[in-house]
Amino acid sequence: MTALGNVSAIVAKEWRHYFGSPIAWVALFVWTMLFGIFYYFMFTFFLQQSMMGQGAGFGSQPMSLNEMVIAPVLQNMAVVALFLAPMLTMRLFAEEKRQGTLELLATSPLTNLQIVLGKFLAAAGLYALMILAGLLNIALLWYYASSSPPEWKPIATGCLALLLMGSCFLALGTFVSTLTRNQIVAGILSFCLFLGIWTLGWADEPAASDLVKVIAYLGITTHMEDLLKGVLDLKDVVFYLSFIGFGLFLAHQSIESQRWRA
Amino acid sequence: MIEVSNLTKRYARHTAVSGVSFSVKKGEILGFLGPNGAGKTTTMRILTGYLPATEGIATVGGYDVFESPLEVKRRVGYLPETPPLYADMSVSAYLDFVARIKGVPGRERAQRVDEAMEKCRVGDVRDTLIGKLSKGYRQRVGLAQAIIHNPEVLILDEPTAGLDPKQIIETRDLIKGLGGEHTIVLSTHILPEVSMTCSRVVIINNGRVVAEDTPEALTHRLRGSAGLRLQVKGLPGAVFDALRVVPGVTDIRQVRDDAHDTATFEVEAEPGREVRPELARAVVEKGFGLLSLGEVGMSLEQVFLHLTTQDAAEAPAAEGAPDAGAEEPS
Repeated sequence: MTALGNVSAIVAKEWRHYFGSPIAWVALFVWTMLFGIFYYFMFTFFLQQSMMGQGAGFGSQPMSLNEMVIAPVLQNMAVVALFLAPMLTMRLFAEEKRQGTLELLATSPLTNLQIVLGKFLAAAGLYALMILAGLLNIALLWYYASSSPPEWKPIATGCLALLLMGSCFLALGTFVSTLTRNQIVAGILSFCLFLGIWTLGWADEPAASDLVKVIAYLGITTHMEDLLKGVLDLKDVVFYLSFIGFGLFLAHQSIESQRWRA
Repeated sequence: MIEVSNLTKRYARHTAVSGVSFSVKKGEILGFLGPNGAGKTTTMRILTGYLPATEGIATVGGYDVFESPLEVKRRVGYLPETPPLYADMSVSAYLDFVARIKGVPGRERAQRVDEAMEKCRVGDVRDTLIGKLSKGYRQRVGLAQAIIHNPEVLILDEPTAGLDPKQIIETRDLIKGLGGEHTIVLSTHILPEVSMTCSRVVIINNGRVVAEDTPEALTHRLRGSAGLRLQVKGLPGAVFDALRVVPGVTDIRQVRDDAHDTATFEVEAEPGREVRPELARAVVEKGFGLLSLGEVGMSLEQVFLHLTTQDAAEAPAAEGAPDAGAEEPS
């Protein structure tokens, strides 16, 4: 009970920082604006295609909003998450170290795990809020395309994919933030690291050797594909959850070991 | 309340604290005195569970700092050298957050925050962002943070550093007011502070305890062979000869000519021997006028210098060790 109370105290404090500073507002603004732009273009393209299709007499095979609009938008937003995630995590520990407030946390009856979890959940919560805000665009489809609304299941799994993938970055970013007292350094390091992990997935090709396949498997985008199609495969979810767990484990070990070296 | 025995903290290249032992009783205010880099901050950080010790045992309220850190942290309020404040939070929001993580139950929290603000006189800035506060206010918010969960033990690292004289006096009064109710350990390198607020002093230098006693006893003990000062009316040379032969006197100096026939002398006597009656008799019997006779107390300042420089001379190797890291906030 106290553990939960401690974690939520940290979450509440981090949210106060996020919304008391421009960070949360800028992140929300950039995210929803890009979501809207991507959505607008995908949707216009979709309309053009469907009109051309009708003209050419292919109207019998209805085109899927899910496949042609929603999945590509969510895929694009994954790239945006790659850029925004360092913004959300870079100050988590770096700023506490710089201000000397880590000493306050470390001398309070909190465990390091509670501190790490609280900070990660605060970032993940803000990120989830961003995804929800973006979803408002898609919700409009139920209003305007009420005759043939999109399937909700691929949207749900797609958003789950986006949330899980972004949370991997946030967990890793939390770890990177423990390494320095300078949040800019933490931000840049996190971004480079995220980019590296992102590109691992590019190694995947049919003729690749086993080693390359393993590396590609670790690529963070590889596991989004099925989820975006609406296929909820346990192995993808487990991959993301263990990635998050690993990131948080590193953050925890880092904080714990600094106590000994300090 | 606090027991520290043989505490040692070694870093890769140097030893910040070595073999420090002391104890603090309930309700006592212990002054932790030493020059910068002596190991005060390191010791306090170990006591609060922030740093693990390399060797030795520290217990607070019966709980081992290393074995049950959470129990210790619940009982300790800590003000580090730089108050751990969030610049973008208001004073009341900050104190509320600290109360939460210190485990103050929800229904008592608002009341505890109000009490702490009142005790530390920061109520008038409760809605101000901490980043906009002056140094004095920040220090007081730091103190409010330390007492918010009504801890049995308060550990204050240089609580008056960087304050102006008026604020220093206010802070000292505040600390004195907290004593009795709380057990307090405070560190400082300002000596008058110790004699004014503390019931006991531990002097630490180069990571070692060089003295531990009450401020009075410390000055008394270090006076060593009791120094006496006399002002006598009479020819200085003759007075000098008369005093020199008083039994028990080991040394005599004329420190000042006050007038052509009046001089002030300082007399050192054998330790523990009361020579004042003899001195007075000798002066009067020779027909001189005894204007004053009193003890020369070594001020705490002199005691401190004496102890810390003596120690450095005894251990020149330790002096060369880089101590800078010990006091740096990491």
